[in-house]
Amino acid sequence: MRAFDYQVPADALAAMRAVAGNDSAVFLAGGTNLVDHLKLGLTHPDLVVDITGVTSDEVVERDGGLWIGAAVRNSDLAADPRVCERYPMLSEALLSGASGQLRNMATAGGNPLQRTRCGYFQDNTTPCNKRRPGSGCAAVGGHARYQGILGTSEHCVATHPSDMAVALSALDAVVHVLGPDGERTIPFTELHRLPGDEPSRDTVLHHGDLITAIELPDTPIARRSRYRKVRDRASYAFALVSVAAAVDVTDGVVRDVRIALGGVAHKPWRAYLAEEALRGQAAIEDNFREAAAAELVDARAVDGMDGGNAFKIPLVTRTVVSVLRGLTQENQ
Amino acid sequence: MNAVGQDMVRRDGPAKVTGTATYAYEAEVDNAAYCHLILSTIARGQVTDVDVSAALALPGVLTVLTPGNVEKLAPTDDAELAVLQDGEVAYRGQIVGAVVAETSEIARHAAELVHFTYHVDEHDSIFTTDRDDLYRPKAINPGLEPDTSIGNVGEAVRSAHLTVAETYSTPMVHHSPMEPHATTALWQDDSLVLWESTQSVHSVRTDIAGLFSLDAEAVRVICPYVGGGFGAKGSPHGNVVIAVMAARALPGRPIRLALTRQQMFAIVGYRTPTIQETTVAADRDGRFTALAMAAYGQTSRIKEFVEQTAAPTRMMYAAPNRATSHRIAALDVAVPTYMRAPGECPGMFGPEVAVDELADALGIDPIELRVRNEPEVDPETGKPFSSRNLIACLREGAERFGWADRVAGARDGDWLIGTGVAASVFPAFTLRTTANIRFDHNRYTVELGAADLGTGAWTVLTQIAADALGVPVEQVDVRIGDSAYPFASVAGGSSGTATWGSAILTAADTFRDKYGDDPADGDEAENTFIGTGFEGGPYATYAFGAQFAEVRVHADTGEIRVPRLLGVFAAGRIINPRTARSQFVGGMTMGLSMALHEHSVLDPRFGHVINHDLAEYHIASCSDATDVAAHWIEEDDPHVNRLGAKGIGEIGIVGTAAAIVNAAHHATGIRVRHLPLTLDKLLAGLP
Repeated sequence: MRAFDYQVPADALAAMRAVAGNDSAVFLAGGTNLVDHLKLGLTHPDLVVDITGVTSDEVVERDGGLWIGAAVRNSDLAADPRVCERYPMLSEALLSGASGQLRNMATAGGNPLQRTRCGYFQDNTTPCNKRRPGSGCAAVGGHARYQGILGTSEHCVATHPSDMAVALSALDAVVHVLGPDGERTIPFTELHRLPGDEPSRDTVLHHGDLITAIELPDTPIARRSRYRKVRDRASYAFALVSVAAAVDVTDGVVRDVRIALGGVAHKPWRAYLAEEALRGQAAIEDNFREAAAAELVDARAVDGMDGGNAFKIPLVTRTVVSVLRGLTQENQ
Repeated sequence: MNAVGQDMVRRDGPAKVTGTATYAYEAEVDNAAYCHLILSTIARGQVTDVDVSAALALPGVLTVLTPGNVEKLAPTDDAELAVLQDGEVAYRGQIVGAVVAETSEIARHAAELVHFTYHVDEHDSIFTTDRDDLYRPKAINPGLEPDTSIGNVGEAVRSAHLTVAETYSTPMVHHSPMEPHATTALWQDDSLVLWESTQSVHSVRTDIAGLFSLDAEAVRVICPYVGGGFGAKGSPHGNVVIAVMAARALPGRPIRLALTRQQMFAIVGYRTPTIQETTVAADRDGRFTALAMAAYGQTSRIKEFVEQTAAPTRMMYAAPNRATSHRIAALDVAVPTYMRAPGECPGMFGPEVAVDELADALGIDPIELRVRNEPEVDPETGKPFSSRNLIACLREGAERFGWADRVAGARDGDWLIGTGVAASVFPAFTLRTTANIRFDHNRYTVELGAADLGTGAWTVLTQIAADALGVPVEQVDVRIGDSAYPFASVAGGSSGTATWGSAILTAADTFRDKYGDDPADGDEAENTFIGTGFEGGPYATYAFGAQFAEVRVHADTGEIRVPRLLGVFAAGRIINPRTARSQFVGGMTMGLSMALHEHSVLDPRFGHVINHDLAEYHIASCSDATDVAAHWIEEDDPHVNRLGAKGIGEIGIVGTAAAIVNAAHHATGIRVRHLPLTLDKLLAGLP
């Protein structure tokens, strides 16, 4: 851990400028990931800019949807009655993540930007293209249990760890960003990148870009939605596979559906192919299974110790089926 | 009224919950400096050059210890303690240097700036049973024969009605006590004070005095509180040697050294992975005709520790033909050590699952099958058991758990439900310890260099002393955790309470013989209790138990939950039901954790554990251990020791994993023989 300067800017603009103007500056929100990285020597900023006071910490109504300030704490967001009622998958996703203490610190803007928990990324003594571009990917052939099966590349097979982000992806959330060129919005599904040949970049954000809010559009289908997280212990573990889903069934037919997957890719994985396969189809288990299969057509397991992560492919199918069966049974 | 047997609250409880109990790293000293270890990033080779210039240039850095610049230690055959004596690297994560600085942050920063150049040799960290360099050790922990054989197992298997011959395995696991290994060291006026988190202040003193060629009197080791040890603090590791080197390099300056969580996975020991080729043969009635285990484990190329994995197979059940063996791979890996119930914990996994498999194949209830194979005497030594109440534990457990209502194919919504049982065992022995008793101002002070790892020693020793002296507990001050007190044995092997309590009884006898019931101020007596040693006496002395698990497996996802875990133990006299229950429940919880979660993933390409923190190395969370209950039966054992007490610190972790795996089989029909029991091992077999 190295000494750094600490700044508390007056407002979001000052915060953005402080970081944008210094290649070695970082934002500090809840600090639940950054502080670990400082201790582990994964990042060595000269300047830490505290943004906990510069963006809104409120959830407000807007255009029939909700507008979530970037500084809203995860625990507050999960407990918000409007979120619980209108977007239950988001509340469930938040509550399935981390621990009570961490949720009390973590923020809406920071949570989606946490970095992979790949053991090789977090260990300075092993190769990792995300941490040290060009050094190689040690996860392939190694501890692959938590690695991805969709959208991986030869350079990186890491997964994105956030639960909240999976729900936001399914909900077509919109990210509000303040950058050096002003304000802009990014569809949440386009915020995160696939690793490709540049795995060091997790998102499309540029240095200095500050998330100021996340907007949830009015999404009636989400009123009956679920977040199901399958993990190696009952609490405080990252997902092996998670599914955020909402489904609208009328007369036994799927009118609309939203599905996003966690634990499977470098980004929260919106399952467009599965959604497409299901729309207009009978809401029966065989169709759920086929929809999952459609999404997994390009899935590839990572070789590694203890059988790698091949089990994730059937696990995705089983979990998707389980969640959709549960949702549609409630529908009836 | 006797104090022993009473539900007395922990004497150290208020200090701990109010944060006033000082642990090793918090010792009250002035002007401390901070030491941070540097670990090797290669698995085998030599340090050929160390560039410390950047580190030394950092303001606040006091010194950098490297293989070239530290004091020569006295010759030792313990290569783990001979730190920085040469540049040889025998495993990844071995200590290759340390930085001492004004703050812990500066020390940690400077550690990143020390540049090492290595000559790298090819390393070999792959543990398998098909290696051609497996060897038979001279002895296994704690000094037992590696191999035993009675009758002819092969013959018996050929003529058996049914045989289960399967390979089971348990992975590498780490102790990970909540408090990391930590030291505050002060070298002043030619003497050394160590505030050290340890299970044995006296063995730290002996080892450190030997390594630094000091008189034992010049070394004092203080350790009033320990935040868990589980064996990892049973004997000193390289970190304390570094702390002493740093203290001697900076006389008068207290040095604080605490390991990071990641370093805890590198240099303070672990339980070896085990592979257990297990054979149980039986006749038509389920009577065992042969019992055998060929056990395999790993050790470090530079220091041998052999887990006694097959030891419980030698005494658990009757069978005319029996064999055990231990073979070891010496690899380029860190040094393994004892971890809660060495031998019994991993070694009861294979056999207790195999017995369940046999019961299933024979169509005999697994409790009944165990009852039919209860031995009259210790099968290998022929010694009578001082007491053996396994059957009573099984019967009472069955009653409490509702075993009779067990049904196959039970289901609750999406969850498949099963139940399972397994037996527990742990040897009872005592070691050498001296206690001192002094009377002053109507109070007794009892001193001995024992350790309380959070187990309750402060409390139970007070109860024992009060009864021994015939006074209320309020009149007794027990003092432990300081090498200035008389020699006491390690807090290990579940031997602490029986040993230290016996020493207090012995010293109290002497005191009362000398001074009667009406002593004068300043009266003082000391005596030494010899103990049985690991070999034991004329009786085979063991605690027994039975564990019952309910397991639920999600039919879609294979997720595994253990909503109910119940243990019944026969462990002699229970000194304090409150602290005893905590020990049993703690052991069972750790057993649940072993069953479902714990797995140190050693990547053989690098030679170190990749999931080296408590976010990635899973232990059971509160949500995983929702209903863990422990009970015990009254057991009056006049032979085991004067207290009639057997150890309780370790038996709780023995058998738990087998009970859970057996219950998972009952729920799903899938037999998992390799821990941990994770959902990927069930998925393919689910409906």
